Amino acid sequence: MCRPRHDLRSVVFSPAILTAAIVNGLLTGAVYALVALGLTLVYGVLHIINFAHGALLTAAMFAAFFAYQQLGLDPYVAAFLLAPLFFALGYALQRLVIGPASHGDDRNMLLVTLGLAVIIENALLYAFRADTRTIDLPYAFATFNIGITFIAVPRLIGFAAVFAVALALWLLMTMTDIGRAIRAVAKEKLGAQLAGIDVAHVYAVTFGLGAACVAIAACLLIPSYYVNPTAGNAFVLVAFTIVVLGGMGSVPGALIGGLVVGVVESLSSLFLGDSLGQVGIFIIFIAVLLVRPSGLFGARA
Amino acid sequence: MAEPLLAVERVSRRFGGLLAVNAASLAAPQGRITALIGPNGAGKTTLFAIISGFLKPSDGAVRYAGENITGEPPHKLARRGIARTFQIVQPFTGLTVRENILVGAHLRHRAREAALALAEHVAREVGLADRLDRPADTLTVAGRKRLELARALATEPKLLLLDEVLAGLNPSEIRDIVPVIQGLRDRGITIVMIEHVMQAVMSLAEHVFVLAEGRIIAEGTPAQVAADPAVIEAYLGHGAAARLGGAHGH
Amino acid sequence: MKTWMPIAAVVVLLAAVPVVASNVVLNFLVVALMIALAGQGWNILGGYGGQYSFGHAAFFGTGAYVTAILQARYGVNAWAAFALGIAAGALVGAVIGGLTFRSGLRGSYFALVTLAFAEVLRILASVAPITGAGVGTLVKLDLRVGAMQFHSRAVFYWLILALVAAALAITRLIERSRFGVWLVAVRENEDAAVALGVDATAVKLAAMAISGAITAAAGGFYVQYFLFIDSGLAYGTWISIDALLTPIIGGVGTVFGPLLGALVARALGEAAQWLTGDAPGLDLVAYGAVLVLVIAFMPRGLIGGLADLRRLMTRRAAPAAGEASHG
Repeated sequence: MCRPRHDLRSVVFSPAILTAAIVNGLLTGAVYALVALGLTLVYGVLHIINFAHGALLTAAMFAAFFAYQQLGLDPYVAAFLLAPLFFALGYALQRLVIGPASHGDDRNMLLVTLGLAVIIENALLYAFRADTRTIDLPYAFATFNIGITFIAVPRLIGFAAVFAVALALWLLMTMTDIGRAIRAVAKEKLGAQLAGIDVAHVYAVTFGLGAACVAIAACLLIPSYYVNPTAGNAFVLVAFTIVVLGGMGSVPGALIGGLVVGVVESLSSLFLGDSLGQVGIFIIFIAVLLVRPSGLFGARA
Repeated sequence: MAEPLLAVERVSRRFGGLLAVNAASLAAPQGRITALIGPNGAGKTTLFAIISGFLKPSDGAVRYAGENITGEPPHKLARRGIARTFQIVQPFTGLTVRENILVGAHLRHRAREAALALAEHVAREVGLADRLDRPADTLTVAGRKRLELARALATEPKLLLLDEVLAGLNPSEIRDIVPVIQGLRDRGITIVMIEHVMQAVMSLAEHVFVLAEGRIIAEGTPAQVAADPAVIEAYLGHGAAARLGGAHGH
Repeated sequence: MKTWMPIAAVVVLLAAVPVVASNVVLNFLVVALMIALAGQGWNILGGYGGQYSFGHAAFFGTGAYVTAILQARYGVNAWAAFALGIAAGALVGAVIGGLTFRSGLRGSYFALVTLAFAEVLRILASVAPITGAGVGTLVKLDLRVGAMQFHSRAVFYWLILALVAAALAITRLIERSRFGVWLVAVRENEDAAVALGVDATAVKLAAMAISGAITAAAGGFYVQYFLFIDSGLAYGTWISIDALLTPIIGGVGTVFGPLLGALVARALGEAAQWLTGDAPGLDLVAYGAVLVLVIAFMPRGLIGGLADLRRLMTRRAAPAAGEASHG
C-alpha cells in the first residue's frame, strides 16, 4: 500500500480534488445504480440473480455503438429505440429459454442464466473480436461548471436520466395493472397465481424491464467508456456489490447503494490508484457480508 | 408430581406489532401424551417453533429435563433428545424411504451398518418396512406422515413433538396410526402433539392445553377441557357456551 | 469389495491408455483429467451439498499460485509447494464458507458471493507484486521427479490420473459416510436436516474446505504441467465454468459424473474448435449452449439419464439392500 509522500500530500488532499472525486463518483454511481436496478428488480420478483445481466449490458453497448456508427444515432436518442428492443429481447429470453429450461428450479435458473451469459459474451467476442471501440461525440468532452468543480456533460445527462428512469419505474409499479401484478408476484407468487395472474408473463415482463434498464444504462455509458466484449463484466460486478449493499430486491437500496459505491470507487481510485479502485468496492462487499448480509434495505434473512 | 420433562414458562413472541404468543405456559409430564389444541391462528405452530428451536421467543423460557434450552438451535436440541415432525411434511424427496430414515439414525450412530440397522428397525415400528426402498416422493400422504415419524424416531428422542401428524389422514388411516403413537408412549417417549382431529386427541392425550389468540385459556384432562365454557367459546364463538346450555363438547 | 470395483476398473483402464495413445491424445487427456479434478472438487460442494459455487476459480487459482510462488520465490520443494497449495485451497474454502454460511446465505446469494470472491482474487493477483502482477509467474524448467516435472508426458498423465483416482475414492468414501448422508440431507431440505440433528453450517463448511482442497490440487497440477500462471488463467471465469459444467454434464452428485463430463466437454470443445477453425469464442459459445441444453433436457446429467433408463428397464426387480439410489 503506497502512502502519499509528504510533498504531494497537499495535492492529494486538496478540497477541490476531493470534491471533484466525490461529484464524479456520484455521477458514475448513478449509472451503476441503473444497472443494479435491473438486477435487483429481477431478484425481487423471480428470486434469482440474473447472471446474464452483464452480457446483456455488453450487448446493449455494442448495439448503441452500432446505432451511432451505422445509423448516426446519438446515444441519448438511441436509448429510446434500444430500450423497447431490449425489453422484447429480455421478455423472449425469459419466456422462451430461461423459464422452460429451468423447470421451475431456482438453482437451474441460475445455471441457465450463466450459460446464456457465456453464450452472449462469446458470441460477441467471435463477431467483433476483442478490440476496443469508442465513439466520439462532439460534446463528449464539454464540461459544465457547477461552481465547485467541472462536470462532463454526458455524465450530467446520465445522472438526470437515471432518476427519470427510476421515476418512470415507480409510476409503472404503482399506477399500472402490470405493475401491481408484478408487486403481487414478488410478494406472494402462489397467491398471485390463485388470483389469476399469469406468473410466466409477469416473470417475462420483469426480465424485460431489467434488460431495458441495462439498455438505457449502456446508452448513458457509451459516450465515456470503451466497448469490448468484456465491458459488461466490470460493471456487473459493481452492480452485484450494489445489490448486496442496498439489499436484494430493494429499488431505493439500488439507487442509494449505487451512489455510495460510485463515491467509494472514485475515492479509492484517488487514494489507491486506478487499478485498485475496484478493490474499494469489494471491501464494501465483504464488509456488508460480515456486518449486515441483508443489506441496507433488504429483508432480514 | 415429578418435574415435567418439558416446561414452557410464560413464553411470548412478537412479530412486529402482532403478539402471536402471549405469556403461554405449559408442562409435559414425562412418559405421557400431552396435547396442545386451539382454533386456527391461535399460535400453536409458533409456540412449537419456539420449543423446537426454530424461533427465539421474545420473552419467557423453555426448560427441558430441568435445563434452560431457550434459544438453542434445532440441531442441538435434537442431540439432547428432542425431535419434531413438521405440519407440512418435508421428506428428502430425492432419496428413498430408507435413506430418509438413515439421516435421523446417523445422529447417534456414526457407523453406516449400525445406522442402517436402526433405520430398518424404526421402519418396522411405524409400518414402513415394506416400502423401504421406494423413493420418498412416491409415498401416499399417510406414508409420508409415517416417514416423518420414522425419521424423528430414528434420532432416538426422549421428547417427540408431533405437529398435526394426523392432518390429511382419513378415519381408517387415523385408526391405524393411533396405536403406533400409543406404542411410542408405552416405551417411554414423552409426546407433545398439536392436533385438530378432536376424536384422536380425546382418545390419545392424557393432558390437554388450549391455546387461543396466543394465550393458554384452559388445561386439564380431555374431558375437563371439552366441558370448559371458555374453550367452547374459543372454538364456536362468543355466547356458544350459553347456547349449548353447558352440554359436553363433541 | 463391491464399492471399490467400479473405481478400480476405470482407473486401471485409464492407466493403460499411454501404452497405445499418441502424444496429442495424451495431452488432450491430461488437460481433460485436470478439469475433471477441478470438477470433482466442485461436485462435493455442489453435487452432494447442493451449494452451487460460481467462483471455483478462487480455489484453482490459489492452488496454482501457492504452488508456483513457493517454488519460484522461496525455493520450496515442488511437492511440498503442491501440498501447501492444496492446504491453501482448503483454507480459502473455509474462509469463504465461514463468511457466507455464517450469515445464512444460500442459493443465488451463495453463487453471487463465490463469483465475487473469485473476481476479487483475480483483480488482486493482476496487480500484486508477489504474483508477478500482469506478467504472471514462471516456474523454472527442472525436469526431475524431485521437482515434480517429468520428461515424459505419460508420467504427467499417470500423476493426474492418480489425483483423479484419489478424488474418486474420497467422493465414494464421503458418499458412504455419515458426513455424506448429512451433506445430502442438507441439500435436499436444510430445515428438515437441522431438525434431525444435522449441524448444517458445520457440514457445509467442511464440504467447502474439501471442495477447495481438491480443486486447488488441479490448480497446482496446472502449474507443474504448463510452468506458467497468471491472474486470468488462475482466477478466470473459464475454470469456474469448467468446474461446474463438467459435473453437470456428467451427473451432479455422482462419483463418476465429473470425470465423464470432463471427457465429453473437452471432446465437444475440441470438436467445436476444429469445426470453427480456432475462431475465438465459438468453443465457449458451444459450452454455454451445452450447459443450457443439459439443464433443459437432462438435468441429472449423462449418468442420471442412464440411471433413469436402467430404472425404467428394471422396474420389477427388487433393488439390492442398502444400495443407494441417487436422486
